[in-house]
Amino acid sequence: TGPDIVAARMEPVSYPLPEEAIPAELSDTEAEIVVNNCTACHSLEYITTQPRGMGDKFWNDEVTKMAKVYGAPVEPGDAEAIAKLLAERFG
Amino acid sequence: AATSGGSTSGTITLPFANGTRPLVSLPGKREMILLTSRPPQLETPFSVFNDGLLTPNDAFFVRYHLSGLPTDIDPRRFRLAIGGHVEKPLQIGLESLRRDFPVSEIVAVNQCSGNSRGFVTPRVAGGQLGNGAMGNARWQGVALKHLLAKAGVRAGAAQVTFNGLDNPPADGIADFVKALDIDHALDGEVMVAFAMNGEELPFLNGYPLRLVVPGFFGTYWVKHLHEINVVDAEFDGYWMKTAYRIPDNDCRCAEPGIKPDKTVPIARFNVRSFLTSHQDGAAIGAGRTTELRGIAFSGGDPVKRVLVSPDNGQNWQEAKLGEYLGRYSFREWKLGMTLAKGRHALRVRAETQGGETQPMEPRWQPSGYMRNVVETINVEAL
Ligand code: HEC
Repeated sequence: TGPDIVAARMEPVSYPLPEEAIPAELSDTEAEIVVNNCTACHSLEYITTQPRGMGDKFWNDEVTKMAKVYGAPVEPGDAEAIAKLLAERFG
Repeated sequence: AATSGGSTSGTITLPFANGTRPLVSLPGKREMILLTSRPPQLETPFSVFNDGLLTPNDAFFVRYHLSGLPTDIDPRRFRLAIGGHVEKPLQIGLESLRRDFPVSEIVAVNQCSGNSRGFVTPRVAGGQLGNGAMGNARWQGVALKHLLAKAGVRAGAAQVTFNGLDNPPADGIADFVKALDIDHALDGEVMVAFAMNGEELPFLNGYPLRLVVPGFFGTYWVKHLHEINVVDAEFDGYWMKTAYRIPDNDCRCAEPGIKPDKTVPIARFNVRSFLTSHQDGAAIGAGRTTELRGIAFSGGDPVKRVLVSPDNGQNWQEAKLGEYLGRYSFREWKLGMTLAKGRHALRVRAETQGGETQPMEPRWQPSGYMRNVVETINVEAL
């Protein structure tokens, strides 16, 4: 005979997702362009937990990947500005 | 979906640059390390791995790619759809799954492909994890082969694809669909699991069903599994063809900064081992026996030996292996070690029966996958 079978609880399940805050490092006026363009699909910890000091190319590549691979609707001018801001703040 | 979400209770700092993380307790989970809120990603605090061989459900790590989580699920209406290159497509309810098919269990480690990525040097983009994106559980469910037998796999089947209820938050993102070769899918170990450590799956670990692929990296362990399709060609979705690729060489490595031109999909774990009883920087008693304890695991080739060095790899002592819960489970190891006063770099290294072992120097790959260097734990004997 097999194992004791774990029964299915046949009641609807509803999961409350966690609240999300703008990280302090991106909560000023200058960083609004990041908040406006980079929170449609995910929270901002994706950005703030990346390693620091990776350089301009790293941030250019990330912003490009969001637009090209994931279809993020970022205007080219904004993309440049965002990559520049992130490279300035996070190295 | 409503947000209400849990409580914050401070921070923890993982031992790499930019490693400070909030500690949060989400519904169904104890206090864990928060990587991202949306989608939720949680890492297990490393001390949990010293509490026992099975990782408790409320401490098990959580990884999602897509923030469109299926936050409202009615188990009475839920159906697992099996279709594609089959004789007879099926729609299986949760009670039918338990009643009409053979139920089995397997103890197996689930490990994120990017576990330990925060330690990779030089650093790479991606989820910046410590060593806590792994866990060991007793999974209960139905072997996929029984479900596919019922549907009847037609000649010419090449692979099986797996899709969960979670969806991309925007149209431009490919849905998260993974594939296994047909022979692998039929091997009797790949399982559609409905329970973990004696309880139904926690929501964040894939309620009501997830795929369990023993010995393979967690990217295949599709959560909220609801569609299984047999296909007659190699599946070329983004999350198989472009994402989750590793260098096509023996070392699964590349020169730092260089992108390999030939890649294959990530697959089986390499062998790993950890010290869990003492943290890096711990103080121990000089001149008397300290009991060291840890874990080791592999992609299915059973762990044969765990060796511990008191002097950064010059000399090795063999540890005693503990209870065997199966070839895909964590294996406990213990060793009493006596160290003279001073600082010591302990190294922990596992070997499998087939001779696989861990490298003394880390192997780099551009996505930071498959890290399995012999771990170093610095202790001071006082
Ligand atoms: C249309 C959707 C979308 C938008 C808008 C978006 N991203 Fe992302 N981003 C993603 C997805 C999907 C991932 C992968 C999530 C995962 O793997 O967990 C991701 C991951 C990331 C990561 C983690 C590293 C990586 O490459 O996986 C960084 C950093 C990031 N995004 C930065 C940004 C920035 C900066 C912006 C704004 C310019 C942005 N994102 C806007 C979809 C988006």
